[in-house]
Amino acid sequence: MSAIIEVTSVSKSFGGTVANHNVSLVVPEGSITGLIGPNGSGKTTLFNSIVGYHPIDSGSIKFEGREISKLRVSQIARVGLIRTFQQTRIYGKMNCIDNMLISATQRNASFGDMFSKYPDEMREKVDHLLEFVGLYQKRYLISGNLSFGQQKLLEFAMALMNEPKVLLLDEPTAGINPTLINGLIDRLKRANEEFGITLFVIEHNMRVIMNLAESIYCLAHGEMLTHGSPAEIQDDQRVIDAYLGAN
Amino acid sequence: MIRNFLLYSGVVLIGIFLPLVFPTYQTQIAYMWLMVVFALTWDVVGGRMGYNSFGNIVFFGIGMYAAAMVQKELYFDIGEFEVIADAATTRLTSAQYLGGLALGMGLGMVLCVTAALALGSVLLSMRGHYFAICTLGLGVAVGEAAGGIEYIGAGSGMTAPLFPDALGDKGLFFSYFYFSLAAVTFLCLHWLYSTRFGLAINAIRDDEDKAEAMGLPTTRYKTIAWCISAFFLSFAGAAFGHLNLFIDPLDVAFPGATFGVWMVLMAILGGKGTMWGPVVGAVVFHITQEFFWITLFGWQRVAMGVLIVVIVVAFPLGILGWVRERWPESFGETITAAATDDEGSEA
Repeated sequence: MSAIIEVTSVSKSFGGTVANHNVSLVVPEGSITGLIGPNGSGKTTLFNSIVGYHPIDSGSIKFEGREISKLRVSQIARVGLIRTFQQTRIYGKMNCIDNMLISATQRNASFGDMFSKYPDEMREKVDHLLEFVGLYQKRYLISGNLSFGQQKLLEFAMALMNEPKVLLLDEPTAGINPTLINGLIDRLKRANEEFGITLFVIEHNMRVIMNLAESIYCLAHGEMLTHGSPAEIQDDQRVIDAYLGAN
Repeated sequence: MIRNFLLYSGVVLIGIFLPLVFPTYQTQIAYMWLMVVFALTWDVVGGRMGYNSFGNIVFFGIGMYAAAMVQKELYFDIGEFEVIADAATTRLTSAQYLGGLALGMGLGMVLCVTAALALGSVLLSMRGHYFAICTLGLGVAVGEAAGGIEYIGAGSGMTAPLFPDALGDKGLFFSYFYFSLAAVTFLCLHWLYSTRFGLAINAIRDDEDKAEAMGLPTTRYKTIAWCISAFFLSFAGAAFGHLNLFIDPLDVAFPGATFGVWMVLMAILGGKGTMWGPVVGAVVFHITQEFFWITLFGWQRVAMGVLIVVIVVAFPLGILGWVRERWPESFGETITAAATDDEGSEA
């Protein structure tokens, strides 16, 4: 498996606070890779750096071998790198179908496409994906009125609609009830297998990440602590110490 | 389908017969359709895209000056035209008048869209209150600046050419003109909102960071939206100078405190972000305002102020927003039957 995302020695500070220091990692193409770490360890900062939300201080971020650390947010999204947010973000005053339609990929969009209608096959795709996440019946409802869990599912479906090559998920199961979590894990795995989307997941729920990921990176205090298979991570005393606050 | 057909033909009949049935109110009817254009164009950026602009009046004024200046340059010796009494003795033929107006509208449109493009690419990078305050400043600054330009008559203003007798009644002409402009604006926007463009500016309103993270070229969409507003406002302005005859920078061309604020109020009153909301809001606002002038003269501004407070408190979503909240099903917000399976639909 070749690397689709390659982060090399990335550092990022906010004033005097060092959020990421000399962080390197590799996400192999077609894999499910996890990123864990205690609160404030710099996971979301790393995500934001990868998707171009803020400039990095030093280091390099490559996507499919191409340097992307200088690109803007929407440009990075158009090369096929899509992220979901920790605080779920959907278009709250639009119905589910419109949320999905406007999320369709912009990769090959021309100027004229801005004023074109949506073709029928795209609407079929919307129906298919909404069914995939179990929101088909609620497709005409205003998305802001859905429950939090449903909004998370919608955000996930919107990301799939964008046909990304890599999906960066920031705590996909936070705030979702345990029954739904199983359904979500199943859908994430299916998205990886059926649609061939590489997943890079931040997750606090250990049961979820151990189930889902093939390899896991652990951040602590802004630095890469360790990297390994779920079993190796579980047994690593440094990871346990980091989570329990020993230092 | 039938319902829409009846609605649209009803509106067209009103547009045609209203000025004929009430000939003494023709100018007022022209104003009413102008208000509809104001509310519709404001709603593109303010309602659909969520960028509250208080500076749209700039495009109205630019269009007005451009059209009047074209007439002046084409047909009048500048010195002669500046004296109103002299201008009144020079009558244009219908062909001259309409040709000059059309040319002036073309020029005004180009200037307005160019201005929106230039200003938008700078101002639209600001969000929320910052954008609102900047556009407010823009409106005031342009009005003051226009008052300093000798070429367009500076602070003492200028006149547009008199309406040629051969074209019949000025009020009737402009009430039909503004009705047509309002109708064309409505139909164009109706079509635009059904394309990707419509969904994209809605997405920017709901969560601009998300839209960017999903790969939408947000700056491009925002600038185009403002250009569309400017496009239609330029025609409204060009005709207004010719209807009002006298053009003054602060009270007629760039009246931020009246037209500039009213366009916001009318869209909110009717329900911003809805198709018919701005139309309903503009008609209700204009009729109410005229009614206050007639019945409460001296207190009409106070009554208007009270009405605005009542609107904001009682109908924060506007008239159509209120209707939508009460009867969501009639706006298509329904739960539908399962397609093939219903697994995991509960959360």
